[in-house]
Amino acid sequence: MSKNKIYLDYASTTPVDKRVLKAMLPYFSEKFGNTMSLHSWGQEAKEALEESRDVVAHLIGAKAEEIIFTSSATESNNLTLKGIAFAAKKGHIIISQIEHPCVLEAALWLEKRGFEITRLAPDKYGLIDPQEVKKAIKEETILVSIIHANNEIGTIEPIEEIGKICKEKGVYFHTDASQNFGKMKIDINKMNIDLLTASSHKMYGPKGAALLFVRSGTKIEPILHGGGHEFGLRSSTINLPAIIGFAEASRICKKEMKKEAKKLVVLRDKLIKSVLSEIPGAHLNGHPKLRLPNNANFWFEFIEGESLVIQLDLCSIAASTGSACSSATLEPSHVLSAIGLKPQEAHGSLRLSLGRWTKEKEIGYVLRVLPKIVEKLRKISPFKIK
Amino acid sequence: MKKVGPYTKKVIEYFKKPHNYGRMKDADGVGKVGNIVCGDVMWLYIKVGKDKRGREIIKDIRFETFGCVAAIATSSVITDLAKGETLTDAMKIDRTKIVKSLGGLPPIKLHCSVLAASALTEAIYDYLSKQERQIPKELEAKHRQIEKEKKKTEKRYKEWTKTEEEIHKKEI
Repeated sequence: MSKNKIYLDYASTTPVDKRVLKAMLPYFSEKFGNTMSLHSWGQEAKEALEESRDVVAHLIGAKAEEIIFTSSATESNNLTLKGIAFAAKKGHIIISQIEHPCVLEAALWLEKRGFEITRLAPDKYGLIDPQEVKKAIKEETILVSIIHANNEIGTIEPIEEIGKICKEKGVYFHTDASQNFGKMKIDINKMNIDLLTASSHKMYGPKGAALLFVRSGTKIEPILHGGGHEFGLRSSTINLPAIIGFAEASRICKKEMKKEAKKLVVLRDKLIKSVLSEIPGAHLNGHPKLRLPNNANFWFEFIEGESLVIQLDLCSIAASTGSACSSATLEPSHVLSAIGLKPQEAHGSLRLSLGRWTKEKEIGYVLRVLPKIVEKLRKISPFKIK
Repeated sequence: MKKVGPYTKKVIEYFKKPHNYGRMKDADGVGKVGNIVCGDVMWLYIKVGKDKRGREIIKDIRFETFGCVAAIATSSVITDLAKGETLTDAMKIDRTKIVKSLGGLPPIKLHCSVLAASALTEAIYDYLSKQERQIPKELEAKHRQIEKEKKKTEKRYKEWTKTEEEIHKKEI
């Protein structure tokens, strides 16, 4: 990454680790075969694909044949909801109000086609109560899908407890682990997860590769029909360079995740503590402890988030906001609304997400710049803080 | 300077160093538009004086704005456009002129230019009302339209905020 620029938007996407890029390069022009071909070019590609499958499966305790490679977390989540729904033909699906838009929209689409959807509300920290899941499950329920760690506010959901309930009730349990795969230990057996989504570009791999873990025996229909790739669940020529990158990124994460999380938690907590104590009218969004090691999310009284993000950008700091003014629909973030923020509060939200290359001095710079920007914007505003 | 976000160089210049901001304590007229729930609030203050020919002009103008980049930039640019103008000419400053002065705005942000024009309309209206002067027909019509929009927004968001609060209370 270029010098003097501070990237604090790792939750949005991450740069490709140089070690990952190096592993990918031979698969563009040298080892370019189609995994479906019989000749040695094809077989070489097929072997590399299966080895990659082994690596990512190993990271969550799955069997290789339970991993379906896809192009994005959006695709994996669509495959889950639509694939399970189509296999069951009718029924009831439980999700939360704070899922990624791809889950919310896929559920809405199914609702319009006769499926029943329950959208569970989180508490003020963004936590879903497992007992609420239990209460919502009924005879017709075919799937429960709850995000593992929230992409905006970083809250980590009680996945193990929810998994246990789903197992007892005999309902498929899916979790979107896009934000925490490779960053926290996930054990699909211990957590009773039947389907899991993960994405390469959130963990220092390239864009264009993701996976869906599907437990053996799960009744699911494909949404892409064709040559029968990925055990018939996802036809499409295999994007091998991206998958090789995904696997290499997983290998690195497995080795470094513990140390990395430890470092990030220290930096995150320093950032949160200082922002809350040094900036008047600053509040933390999400849970104080049950949160991703790299996520800090605030809202500032009488501040509009888009102005804040652009001011930070002018100071070479990348951040993001859930403000309505920055969205294409001019509506505030559904996650911040679900945890009880009023629209005017959600306007003032700021997400700073740390990553592999975040340095302590960068956090120090942000802590020098941010209070001044907030002060400047409040100076322009008709609303003054006491 | 390269493009920042979806904005032109001019928008960013105005946003970075806004002109004429801050409260005016002895304003002759104040225009308050926008709604904090929507995310944009503009307050425009004017001080009215006379030019050599005895015509009323905007002698000084200041703004206070809470909002996005476009809201701050349009507030800033309208103070530049209106300062020194006769009231008659200032009333003619519309969104097209504002957008042009900024070298364009992203389509989704065009409403900010409407907001700035409305703030000026309201400030002039406020001044003439306080002076108990006759309000020109066109200004009266514009003012009524703004009031109507304001009420509509307030109603819309009142319902929205209320339901949100209810949902939240119920579910926690």
